[in-house]
Amino acid sequence: MATPVAELPAAPSVRRAGSFFWGLHGGDKPAFLITISCAAAIVLVTCLLVYELFVNSAVSRHKFGWDFLFSRVWDPVAGQFGALPFVYGTVVTSALALVIAVPLGVGAAIFLSELAPPRVSDTLTFLVELLAAVPSVIFGLLAVFVLVPFLKQIEPVLRSVLGWLPTFQGPFYGFSLFAAGVILAIMVLPFIISISREVLLAVPTDQREAALALGATKWESTWQVVVPFARKGITGSIFLALARALGETMAVTMVIGNDPKISASLFAPGYSIAAIIANEFTEATGDLYTSSLIELGLVLFALTILINGIARLLILTTTRRGET
Amino acid sequence: MKMTMTKIARAACLAGVMAAAGVVSAEVLMNGAGATFPNPMYSKWFDQYHKLHPEIQINYQSIGSGGGIKQITEGTVDFGASDGPMNDEQIKQFKEKRGTNILHFPTVLGADVPAYNVPGVATDLNFTPEALAGIFLGKITKWNDPELVKANPKAKLPGNDIVVVHRSDGSGTTYVWVDFLSKVSPEWKTKVGTATSVNWPVGLGGKGNEGVAGQIRQIPNSIGYIELVYAVQNKISYGRVRNPSGSFVKADLASVTAAAAGAAKAMPDDFRVSITNAPGKTAYPIATFTWLLIPDKIQDGAKKKVLIDFLHWMLGQGQMSVEALDYAQLPKQVVAKELKAITKIQ
Repeated sequence: MATPVAELPAAPSVRRAGSFFWGLHGGDKPAFLITISCAAAIVLVTCLLVYELFVNSAVSRHKFGWDFLFSRVWDPVAGQFGALPFVYGTVVTSALALVIAVPLGVGAAIFLSELAPPRVSDTLTFLVELLAAVPSVIFGLLAVFVLVPFLKQIEPVLRSVLGWLPTFQGPFYGFSLFAAGVILAIMVLPFIISISREVLLAVPTDQREAALALGATKWESTWQVVVPFARKGITGSIFLALARALGETMAVTMVIGNDPKISASLFAPGYSIAAIIANEFTEATGDLYTSSLIELGLVLFALTILINGIARLLILTTTRRGET
Repeated sequence: MKMTMTKIARAACLAGVMAAAGVVSAEVLMNGAGATFPNPMYSKWFDQYHKLHPEIQINYQSIGSGGGIKQITEGTVDFGASDGPMNDEQIKQFKEKRGTNILHFPTVLGADVPAYNVPGVATDLNFTPEALAGIFLGKITKWNDPELVKANPKAKLPGNDIVVVHRSDGSGTTYVWVDFLSKVSPEWKTKVGTATSVNWPVGLGGKGNEGVAGQIRQIPNSIGYIELVYAVQNKISYGRVRNPSGSFVKADLASVTAAAAGAAKAMPDDFRVSITNAPGKTAYPIATFTWLLIPDKIQDGAKKKVLIDFLHWMLGQGQMSVEALDYAQLPKQVVAKELKAITKIQ
C-alpha cells in the first residue's frame, strides 16, 4: 500500500537535483520515512523481546530441555520446574472467558449498532468504553469481594444442572479456575463489544437496503448480511480479547487460587503463567529459578502466537467454505 | 515505563545532589533495597534520621528480600535488606562479584501467626507444632482431628474439611513459616523444605498478607498464616502455638522479643540465625529477625561514615520507636553484640 504512494512524487518526467527536496516539500517522503520507522519499531521491539526472553532463559532451557513444557512439578526448593500446570490454567481460563464473552459481546454489539435507538446506543457505548478503562486490580478486588461470594451462592444451582460434567465436580471454595474465567470474561467484554459495534456500524447502508429490498426482515438482513459482512472485524475483536485474557495477571492471581495442579474441574484452584511470574519473580533467587520464570514468559509468548495462529487458520477455512 | 520514570527521577535527583554538593560538600545520598516486611519501620527510621541530619538522604525500595540480595550482590545499592539470612551459596556469589564480605545486622523482629475461620469457634485455638505440620502437609484434614481436639478440649470443633491458605508470592513470611515447620517436622523438611516459595502439598494461594487474610475471611473452615504486624493492625484474631517448653504462647511483642533473647546465647558472630522454635518458657516459636545487608568494605568514605553512624543510631534511639509500629524490639544482648560487629566495617 505504502510503496506506490511514496513513489508518486519521486517519479517526475525530468529528474532534477532538487527532486528529493521537492518530495520533502510535498510531505510524502517524510511521511513515508516516519511511518515506516514506526512500523519497524514495533517489529524491533517484538524481536528484542523474544531475544531477551530466549537468552535469559538459557540456564533453564539447557537443564530441562523440552521436559520443561510437560513437567507438572514446580518446586523452587528442589530446583525442579515445569510449565504444564501454568499452561493449562492459562488456556482453560482464557477459553472459558471467550465462551462466556463472545456470545454476550457480539450479541450486545449487534443490539447497539443495529437495533437500539441511537441515544440508548450512545449512552451504553460510553459505559462500555468506560468499563474498558478500569484498571485490572479493580476488577480483581471486585472479583474477590463480589464475584466469589456470588459464585458460591449460585454453585448449588450449577452443580444440580451441570454436575454430571467432570468440569463441575469436587469441592468449591470460590477461588478457582471458574472464578478466574468469569472475571476474565467481564474484563474482555468491552473490547469485543466496542470494536464489534464499530465494525458493524461501518457496514455500508447499501448492503442493508439491498437485503431489505429483496424482502428480508430487519433481523434477516442483520444476521444474514450485516454480520457476515463484518465477520473479519468481529474476529479481530475476539483475537484482541483473547490476547488480553492470556496475559491478564492481577485480577487472575487474586481469584484463581494459585495452586499449580491440573484438575479437570473448573471448581478446583489453578494457576496461570502471568500470575506465577508476577508472584515469584521478585523473590526468586538463584539463576535456575529466575531463568525458569523467564522461560515461562517465553512459553506464554509462544502460546499466544500458537493460539492466534490456530484461530486464524480455523477462521480462514470456515470462511472459504462459507463463501463458496 | 515506570522503571524509566524512576530512573529519570533518580538521575535528576542525583544531578540535583551533585549540583548542591558543589556548594555544600557534606551532602550524602544513599540507596537501599530489599525486604517488604520491615518497610514501614525503615521508612520511618530513614525519615527520622534525615530530620536529625538534613544533609543525609537514605532511600529505601521495598522490592522483596530476594531482590535486595540480588541488588547488593550486583552492587547497584549501598545496602540490602532481607527477612531471611543469605545462604552460603549467595555469600560465595557476593564474594566473587564484589571481592569483599557481607555483614548481617538484625534490625527488628517479626513473627507469623496462624489465622483461621472456623464457624462456631469464638475462642483462640491452640496449635501444637504437629498439628500445624499435619495440616499443611495435608495429613490432618478435619477440624475435629484428635491432634486438634487434644489441644483444645473446650472448643467445639466441627467435623468439616480444613482448607489451607498460603502465600502465593515469594515472601519472607513464608520463609519463617516453613522454616518452623521444617524444624518441627522431619517429613516437612524432606518433602517440602525451606524457601521463600515452596511446592505446597495442599492449599490455595493468596497474594500478600491481604490476599491470605481475604481468602480466610471468605472460606469457612480455612486456616493460613499471616504476619503478626498485619494481624494486629487489621484486628484479625489468631491462635496460640506451643513452644519447645510445652506452653501455648500467643504472639505479641514481648513473646517475640523473648524468642530472640532465647536464641541470643547461641548467636553466631555473623548473626545468620533462625530463631524459630527458640527455647524459653515465654518465647513465641514462629519469629524471625530481619536483617540489613552491608558490605564490610566500603570505598566511599562519606557513605561508610553515614552507614556506621546510622547503625549506632538505629540500635540506640531507633529501637525506641519500634513498638509504636507494632514491631518487636531487639533484645539487649543482641544489640550489644551488634555494636561490636559494626567495627568490622572498613
